[in-house]
Amino acid sequence: MGGLTRRREFKGQGALPTYNDHHMAVKIRVPGALRQLTRGAAIVEVDAGDVSQALDELNQKFPGFKERLYDDKGELRQFINIYRNDEDIRFGSGLKTPLKDSDDLSIVPAVAGG
Amino acid sequence: MASYRELLKSVKSRIREVDVRQLDTSRNGSAKPVVIDVREQDEVEQGIIPGAIHIPRGYLESRVEQYVPDYDTPVVAYCAGGNRSAFAAETLQQMGYKDVTSLKGGFGAWKDAGLKFVVPRDLTPAQQKRYSRHVLIPEVGKEGQLKLLDSKVLIIGAGGLGSPAAYYLAAAGVGTIGILDSDVVDESNLQRQILHNSKRIGQPKVDSAKQTLEDLNPDVKVIPYQTRLTRDNIIEIFKDYDLIVDGSDNFPTRYLVNDASVLLKKTVVHGSIFRFDGQVSVFQPFVGPCYRCVFPEPPPPELAPSCDEAGTLGILPGIIGLFEANEAVKMLLGIGEALVGRLLMIDALTDEFRTLRLKRDPNCPVCGEGAHFKDFVDYEVSTAIPTPA
Repeated sequence: MGGLTRRREFKGQGALPTYNDHHMAVKIRVPGALRQLTRGAAIVEVDAGDVSQALDELNQKFPGFKERLYDDKGELRQFINIYRNDEDIRFGSGLKTPLKDSDDLSIVPAVAGG
Repeated sequence: MASYRELLKSVKSRIREVDVRQLDTSRNGSAKPVVIDVREQDEVEQGIIPGAIHIPRGYLESRVEQYVPDYDTPVVAYCAGGNRSAFAAETLQQMGYKDVTSLKGGFGAWKDAGLKFVVPRDLTPAQQKRYSRHVLIPEVGKEGQLKLLDSKVLIIGAGGLGSPAAYYLAAAGVGTIGILDSDVVDESNLQRQILHNSKRIGQPKVDSAKQTLEDLNPDVKVIPYQTRLTRDNIIEIFKDYDLIVDGSDNFPTRYLVNDASVLLKKTVVHGSIFRFDGQVSVFQPFVGPCYRCVFPEPPPPELAPSCDEAGTLGILPGIIGLFEANEAVKMLLGIGEALVGRLLMIDALTDEFRTLRLKRDPNCPVCGEGAHFKDFVDYEVSTAIPTPA
């Protein structure tokens, strides 16, 4: 497993703390609430053909995601949304939503603090 | 010692009164008096003698010189029935105004005599000054400012989000601000809850909020609710407000707020935070999605630590609360593109701002097609409320 690298690119979002051990370009954006699982990385890059595979690979790199993201029946929890780019996958093909190079997945949990 | 009646009688013996006909005549004469309405804002909203200046009795001493700098100017004070204005007239005499009278029978007698009155639609000179930077913006202007002054916003929570939201909405001149919180001020709140201060530790947060907001802007009527929202009180509390700003700190309240707002068709400006992450959206029932369309169910308590448990960067609720205030003002004025159907995500650690699209869920249990509450529904955290008959 590769290490946490901080890429020093000064354009776009390349300067975010990014975990990257091979250069396939589906980015998973990890919310602050789950970054203790990624040792602080805000973005994890994975190589995956659909959302389900992407989340599997995320869980392989950083165990613990599965329990946080899925319920007992293996479905995404009701208080966690996954967006492919800016679209909620629940309104598309769900976990089977295909991914292409340079797609951007966001894990968006409900937060309630105030 | 004197009773009210005795006091009133003695005050009336020391001042002069005019009747409505005399006032009407003098208003059209050469030595026009300045007419001061000393009633409260909610009375004035029903109508005012044309040309009168509104200075509530409680602010008379502190404000009258701004309006009437010359002590020789004839002044007529009036209230609803002629008693408060008698006291006002005596005060004005004591301040040095030489020609002061009180209107006998007050605004009631004026109306009964069939004399003309207007429902005020202008900013007072003080308001013109206070809101001059708003009035200068074409998107707001005088009309917009009057709209804000007429608006009623309920803020859920006088905490991290509610503090900055309420502070700026009060500064902006939102005329009625309800603020709801059951807690008292604790030292650990002061790292982010800027409505309160070190001297107010132990005081109810809503009282502290009211004091801060009314000190900032006396135009604002602050209505404190020192309670928690429940299925039993939420409809009654929500029904009089134009807009709800959700700055609560727990999921059960947020879902309760959502469900009630859909029932009452009230728009909710939503803000929430976790450590360095903030979310903002506007849930406008049946126009955009509701909170349940986005997150159908709350997490179980073990997966939903509060700020008290998880901690939060004190500045983040400031940022998010101000986004909520901004959305609220846009919704009240009907300007710009509010975050209806969009979720703004802010990461305070990376300075990333992203906007995700939110959709209405046709299967949403509260705002979906054909969805309606007929009875209590027991959700995991029991937040559902009944449909009023």
